Order: sequence, then structure tokens, then C-alpha cells
Amino acid sequence: MSEILLQIDGKEVKAKAGMTLLEAARSVGISIPTLCYHEKLEPFGGCRLCIVELEMKGWSRLVVSCVYPVEKNLVVKTRSEKVDRIRKMIIELQMAHAPDAFDLQDLAKEYGADKNRFEKEPSFCIHCGLCVRYCAEVKKKHAIGFVDRGIRKEISFVPEIAAKECWNCKECFPLCPTEALQAAYVLAGALASFETAPEK
Amino acid sequence: MSLINSPAELEEFRKNVLSKRDPNKPCITLCSGSACNASGSLEVAAAIEEEIQKQGLSADVDIRRTGCHGFCERGPIVVIHPEEICYFNIVPKDVPEIVSETIKEKRVVERLLYTDPSTNEKIIHESEIPFYKYQERIVFGFNSKIDPKNIEDYLAIGGYAALAKALTGMTADQVLQEVKKANLRGRGGGGFPAGNKWEGSRNAPGDIKYVIVNADEGDPGAYMDRSVLEGNPHSVLEGLTIGAFAVGAHEGYIYVRQEYPLAVENVHMAIKKAEEHGFLGKNILGSGFDFKVIVHQGAGAFVCGESTALMTALEGRAGEPRPKYVRSNVVGLWGRPSVLNNVETWANVPLIINKGADWFTQIGTETSKGTKIFSLVGKITNTGLVEVPMGTPLKDIIFKIGGGIPGGKKFKAVQTGGPSGGCIPEDQLDLPVGFDELTAAGSMMGSGGMIVMDEDTCMVDVARYFLDFLTDESCGKCVPCREGMRQMLKILTNITQGKGKEGDIELLEQLSETAIEAALCALGKSSPNPFLSTLKYFREEYEAHVKEKRCPALSCKELIAFYIDPEKCKACMTCAKKCPSNAIISAKNQIHIVDQEKCTKCGTCFEVCPPKFRAVTKISGEPVPPPIPEEARTIVRESKQK
Repeated sequence: MSEILLQIDGKEVKAKAGMTLLEAARSVGISIPTLCYHEKLEPFGGCRLCIVELEMKGWSRLVVSCVYPVEKNLVVKTRSEKVDRIRKMIIELQMAHAPDAFDLQDLAKEYGADKNRFEKEPSFCIHCGLCVRYCAEVKKKHAIGFVDRGIRKEISFVPEIAAKECWNCKECFPLCPTEALQAAYVLAGALASFETAPEK
Repeated sequence: MSLINSPAELEEFRKNVLSKRDPNKPCITLCSGSACNASGSLEVAAAIEEEIQKQGLSADVDIRRTGCHGFCERGPIVVIHPEEICYFNIVPKDVPEIVSETIKEKRVVERLLYTDPSTNEKIIHESEIPFYKYQERIVFGFNSKIDPKNIEDYLAIGGYAALAKALTGMTADQVLQEVKKANLRGRGGGGFPAGNKWEGSRNAPGDIKYVIVNADEGDPGAYMDRSVLEGNPHSVLEGLTIGAFAVGAHEGYIYVRQEYPLAVENVHMAIKKAEEHGFLGKNILGSGFDFKVIVHQGAGAFVCGESTALMTALEGRAGEPRPKYVRSNVVGLWGRPSVLNNVETWANVPLIINKGADWFTQIGTETSKGTKIFSLVGKITNTGLVEVPMGTPLKDIIFKIGGGIPGGKKFKAVQTGGPSGGCIPEDQLDLPVGFDELTAAGSMMGSGGMIVMDEDTCMVDVARYFLDFLTDESCGKCVPCREGMRQMLKILTNITQGKGKEGDIELLEQLSETAIEAALCALGKSSPNPFLSTLKYFREEYEAHVKEKRCPALSCKELIAFYIDPEKCKACMTCAKKCPSNAIISAKNQIHIVDQEKCTKCGTCFEVCPPKFRAVTKISGEPVPPPIPEEARTIVRESKQK
């Protein structure tokens, strides 16, 4: 693998080809906030919180660092007025659903986000997809998935699979950035509608 | 049917087709696209068949059911050849007269002709009707000449000559260079140069490459791709095959929404016929080039018109856009180089190969070449599909071709580019239509939707309507689109309901910025356009709604009241009888009063009040005057006084 030199927040960073900006930044201890990223999973690019600013030839462009590949001589700023403004908005939008999630509260403090900016619609789920993707990509069970689309999108366990697989696994619960109990609740709901008793 | 193995055999076959056709033999053509089928074309077709048989003319007259002619406002349309006499709004009972008068006696049936509304003159020929006269129908014009189910019709107008020329007379690179030189830009939305896209795929590593037709047209009111695919499917197949040859692809897909059953049917038929004749399959026209086409029916998600979502759906997964920063012409369907162009773009390709890039670039503006088909709908006299050279001013499309606004109303704005496009106001009507011109005006070309709005249209409500559509169609993967639009729609709905607050407009602007800068795909990034463009040109309407709780267009139900002017009311009882909620306090010879408590604001009273009185008015932003006292309500009729 060839080495790629780029600059992140004024720091010279050596990265390997194929790395993303997020990986390159974290490799030298520069932190970028994320909600849907997990090192074991394919980048999802859903929460958009890891947005950063690229500077090139006098103009700048915002890109999402969890999917943007490193390039030679890139100049990356992980914080700027605009980046912060957009992150603040994303946090506020998510807090309409999960106002008491610890991860979101910490981020809100950092970015000065107002958890009451938008009318509350508590659903806990912020659609990061960690549970869905972990079950599919790591466990290869597909016991939980998204249903419907847009603002009606929800996570849902597939009772037939969940009844067999979930009791002894539950590895998705602690991944949830808003409320682990929510996943337990959704799972219990799915199983309650399923007639067959869970296997021991 | 034996395969056609060379360009010479193709010309031989074509000659044979033409020799069987007598140009002087009477032919009745009837448009049979989805729009005309909906307005009764199927019944008219049956009536024509029956009448021809009844009058014993089966051997002497050809009947051809063609695709959409575009003038859908006046459909179904019958054209009698060779005289090219056009009849409009045909119903089955007109058919016997057409056959006995025009076919047998060669006399024109005056009452079925088009009447020019400005001169009241009857017009016989298509080319003299203003709707057609100002168009340049290089792509769409063939629709009215051929039966899409009959490949011989397509061959009779020179079909597959471009394919023969490309496969046997040109190298793949020459084809590519010709398309690049023509500067054919994508007709599906972004306007990206097709030649550059093709070149990227051609040069991308990998042996397996794909070409794809995007027929997932989903903009409300738009049906140009549908009509091309229904009416002339072979032109799309021919263009696609030429593209495949240039790129080095041997497999192509047509992603067509399943809500387009006739397009699906006709394209399946076209593929079958093309395979039987040797225009698709192995060793096409003896050139050694192999190419097959597979039809994939989309399940009806707007976002699948977005290129990466379309490819994800083709792979059999939920249609969501990919987050990666790689071009799909390099890493596309199943990770392989894939060229995706929309229906109209592909249909332009045979023309460019046949007539050359120099011919093509003569049409249009500096940066937008060729023509564009627009779907002209809304508050417009001549609803339909129109094809004009790029650079035609908006006002020519709306007034010369479209015939202006019906009902003596005033033009207010035209919305172009589909839901993520924008609204262009009256003072910009001189704007020439082109990719860059429309973008500079805060709208976009999109796939060619054009919705005309009159003075009764509330621009805040228009923004709310399109945001509602886009919110419903968002895939929900990324936060700025899913959550941002959820909030934008809430705020806009509140504003139209009189619940707007100080600061709402600024909040909408901030949510717009988040979507533009941070959303994952083009649908999300362009989702604030309906709001931003209406705010740009109609800010005062937003402010009136928020600050004065007034809807200047008198359209938003929660902000208007119906009021009967006691000076004008003649106590005719018409409105009282028609009111569905008994909200009109009335009696004979008593001036009527709208009971504001009961009124549901359906507008019936406003519509039925006789024009000579015009007593019912709409009020917004001010209190409704108190009802006049009961003792003052009696009308003393002049006739009774005598």
C-alpha cells in the first residue's frame, strides 16, 4: 500500500491508500464525532455528523469523512464555523427523537445544540442502523431490519429469525447510541406477536 | 423471420417494407398513448375498426395506432393521411362521419378541426396549428408516424440505420467522439455531458460494463419519458445499443416504473422484435458485436430515479443511494462501470449518429445543444408535451405554444425541474431554457417538467406541496433529508395554516443549508429548492402569511373567509342551495349571510354565485365584517314596486 500525505487540522498525516478521512484523522488522535460509524461495519454515511471541510485552491467543500477517501495533498479542517453549524443542526434534529440520549447530550454540550429547538417526537431511534448492519454484516443473521421509508422508517425484528437467534446474542443492544432498552422493547414486541416459543 | 446480417441486408429489408406501402393509400392514425387511452382512445379505435369494416373499406384504408402526439389537451387525435387532416377530441360517434366524409368523399369535417382561439379560423394541418408550429420535434415527432408495436413502421422511417452505421462504419471511439462533439447533455436532471460519462466508463478498468436506461420518471405531472418509451421504444433501444458499442458493454438494463404498464408492454415487444430481426442479440448486423437488454420494473420509489439508488434497486436491494464518493460510470451496478442515461438522452443518440454532431450542435444554445421535451401542465390552455430547441424563451413555450393561461387569469410563475426544481416568476419569462440558464435562475432543467401557475396559486402552499411530496419520497437514510424535511414540512404547513412564527423563515433557511451541504444524494441536496426559489421571488407572500396571517393569493383555507357583499347579493338562493354544510343563512328576498362558524371554506358559494352578481368574495388578513342586521336584509325588488 502506498502512503498518502495529507493535512488535517494543520497536522501532516500519513495515510494508507483506501483509508477514509475519518480513519486517517483518528489514526493520529484527531477526533471527529460520529453516530452511525462502527469500525467493524461498512461505512453507512447516514448521520452526516462526521462532515468536514476540504480546502482546495481558494474554495472549500464539505464532505462526509466516514466515506471520503484520502487523497494526496488534501487540506482538511475538522472544525469550522460552517461545519459546527451543520453538526449543531443535525444534533438538534436527532434530539427531537431522543432528547435524553447520553451521546446526544454530550454532543449538544460540545456544539451548543438546543435539545428543545424542534418539537419532540420521542421515538428513541435515530436510524443510525448500527443494530441492523451489525446483525447483517457481523452476525450474518438479518434478524433486524428497516421497514418503510423516509419519516415512516422504523427498525423491526423479524420474529421468525429473532425467536431463534436473539436471546443468546443481544450484541446489538449496547451498540445503540440512544437507548439500549429501546432495542429490547422492540425485540419483545416482535416476539410477542410470534406464536412459537423461543428456543432454549 | 430470418436475422438481418449486414447493413446491405437491412437496406434491402427496408426497401421491401417501403415497396409494400403506397404513400397515397388513405391511412387513419389515432394517438394511443396512456393519456389518450385515458380520454377514450381505445373506444375510438374500436369504432374505427368497426366502421371501416362496415363500409367495406378494410382493403383500401390502413389504420395505425401511434404513440402520443403531445397535444393531450385535445386528444384523442385522429390524423388522416396522406392529406394530413387533423381532427381533435374525437369520440366514437364522430367516426362514421370521418370515414364516410373524409375517407370516402375526401371532404373535411369542419366541426372536428382545430379552431384558432385568437382568429376563430379553422385549421386543417398540424403544421399550421400554433401548438405544433413553434415546436421542433426531432425526437418526439416520430411518435405520430409509427405504431410502436410494429418494427416495420420504425424501419420505414429509417430506423436502425444509425446502429448499422455505428457498428459497421465507425469504431467505438469514433462513436464516442461524435457524441462528445455533439455535447449531448443528460436529459434526466443533472445535465452531465453524456459523452464524458461514456468515456469514463469506456476507460474504466474491467471487462464487464453496463448501459442502463433510466425510465423511472417520477416528477408529478411529467410524462415525456413515458411517452417516448411508449410511442417509440425502438429509438431508445437503438440509442442504447449504440451507447453499449461505444462503451464496450454487452448487457443493458431498462429500469422502468411498473406504474407505466403500456411502456413496459411496448418495450418488451420492441426487444422481442429487435431480437428477431437481429438488432439485438449475438453478432448484431453481422458486426460481431453482442448485446442484450433486460427490462427491470421499479416498484415505485421516486428516489430510484437517483443513479446510485437505481443501481442498488437493480441489484435487488432497497433503493437507497450509495454514500460513497465514486462515480457510478466507474463503479456502478454490481461494482462495475455503468452508464446511466435517461430515456430522452438515449433517444437522441441515433439522431446524432445519423445526422452528425455538426447538425446537432446547430440546434440550441452555446452550452445546451439539441432540443428538450417539456411536459407543459398546470394552469395552461394547451396541456401536453412540447419539444423545443434549447434556448427557446419560457414565454414562447407558455404563451405561443401553450396558449397562455385559461380563464383570463394572470400568469404568476412556472415551476420547472420537478419537485426539486424551482419557481420562475413573470419578470424572468424571457429566460431561454437551457441547463445553465435555469440553474442560474434558482431552478433547474430536471427532466423537463413545467407546471404553470396563475394568480390564484399561493407560492407558500406550492413549496409546502412539493416538500410534502419529497418528504414522502425520501428514503430516510440520511438525517438532513429525513429529519430536515420533516421539520421543514411542519413549519411550512404551520405557515399556510396561520400558525407561522417570527423566525420561521430563518429556520427554514438554516434547514435548507444543512440539506444542501450535508444530505447524501441529489434528492436530499435539492429538496430545499421549492422553498428557496419561492422565497427568492415571493418573499412578500411568506411575510404576509407569517406576520399578517394573510394569504395574498386567497388560497390557504385557514387564512381566508368567504363573505357575501350585502350590496351585491340579490338573494337568488343559488349559493344557499349548493352549500354542502348549510352555512348560508338565507331566505327568499333576504340578503344571504355566510355563517362563519359552519363554513368549511369549500368555495362552492364563490364558484356558483352568478357572474352578473359576483357577490361572494374571499377575505384574508382582515376581520370579516359583521352580518348586517336582520331588519336590513330584505330586498325590495324593483318589479314588485311598480
